[in-house]
Amino acid sequence: MQLRNDRTRYGLIAILLHWTMALLVIGLLFLGITMVDLEYTHPWYRKAPDLHRSLGVITGLLLLFRFGWRLANPLPERFGKPWERQAALWVHRLFYVLMAAVVVSGYLITTADGQPVPVFGWFEIPAAVQGFDNQEDAAGLAHAWLAYALIALTGLHALAALKHHFIDRDPTLLRMLGRDWPPSSSANTHHVTEE
Amino acid sequence: MPRKALYSLLILFVLGTGTGQAAEHYVIDTEGMHAFITFRIKHLGFSWLHGRFNRFSGDFDYDAINPANNRVRVTIDVASIDTNHAERDKHLRSKRFFDVRKFPRATFVSTAWEDLGNGRARLKGKFTLRGITKDIVIDVRQLGAGKDPWGGYRRGFEGTTTLHLSDYKMKEGHILGPMAENIEIWLSIEGVRQ
Repeated sequence: MQLRNDRTRYGLIAILLHWTMALLVIGLLFLGITMVDLEYTHPWYRKAPDLHRSLGVITGLLLLFRFGWRLANPLPERFGKPWERQAALWVHRLFYVLMAAVVVSGYLITTADGQPVPVFGWFEIPAAVQGFDNQEDAAGLAHAWLAYALIALTGLHALAALKHHFIDRDPTLLRMLGRDWPPSSSANTHHVTEE
Repeated sequence: MPRKALYSLLILFVLGTGTGQAAEHYVIDTEGMHAFITFRIKHLGFSWLHGRFNRFSGDFDYDAINPANNRVRVTIDVASIDTNHAERDKHLRSKRFFDVRKFPRATFVSTAWEDLGNGRARLKGKFTLRGITKDIVIDVRQLGAGKDPWGGYRRGFEGTTTLHLSDYKMKEGHILGPMAENIEIWLSIEGVRQ
């Protein structure tokens, strides 16, 4: 399988980034919601936030790389009516904005008093912006609501993928699952351009 | 003589206002931050956790001749709690502990000053936190008073008291365990005479 995208297919790198970050985003949401309600004496009271912060930073770094990868690769064509293709483009862009905003707002909570964010004890991200009045509260509120918006967008994105698969019967979902596309023996859609 | 009577009236008036002003009025120097409201509480019984309230304001009256006239009023912005760890401060401000959105202010209003001599006193007053008012006693020691180098006149005290966590009915106060029941308060208050 090719590593880079072309006009019709996502390459292996883009596919791995997509599914890894899907797991991270959904996992971090549930971890975040759970950890804030853990009892003080719960064994995970400290582990869960440590894991959440570390995975959050990893997600942010992956996001940076993914953004660069997207700019450096062709964008595979999308399927559907013109407005659907346009909507898909903007949903994808909004994903980048929301993911970045959730990561940054989370970072601003932890670093509000100038403390760094430790990542699995491997390295630390130092504080850059600090000392705004009750910064951790404002950032916390933003972090929660941006995360809810991100998960709502994820739901919309998943529903759209299922609609492409089951109703439109186009290869949108399959190609993100790594299915070889376009199949060499058939050319049953006019969207596909030969290379 | 009417003129003499006038003079005596004037003298009486000056003396009168003089004794009335024997109580000096001071504003706590929160502008130059020569005042601190700090606390410490045991963490699991292993160590002390220190914190302070960064924003507050207050004033006091000080009467050297008749200390019973001494009065103190302080208002604390509870959201300014600072334990040098942003995530913990956020947690403490939430509904689980201080609930600062519902109870943004804590206040202390003195009710009595029992002078013990040698600059020491027991300051009694009503302390309100989370809407709950308790009678507390602060052990006060005067540290000093006099002219400052910039043309003002200052007077400073330190005070200690112990509050009880369970008095203020924080939703999750109990999870900190019995070791955290006593909160030791240490105050340093410097006032600028008005």
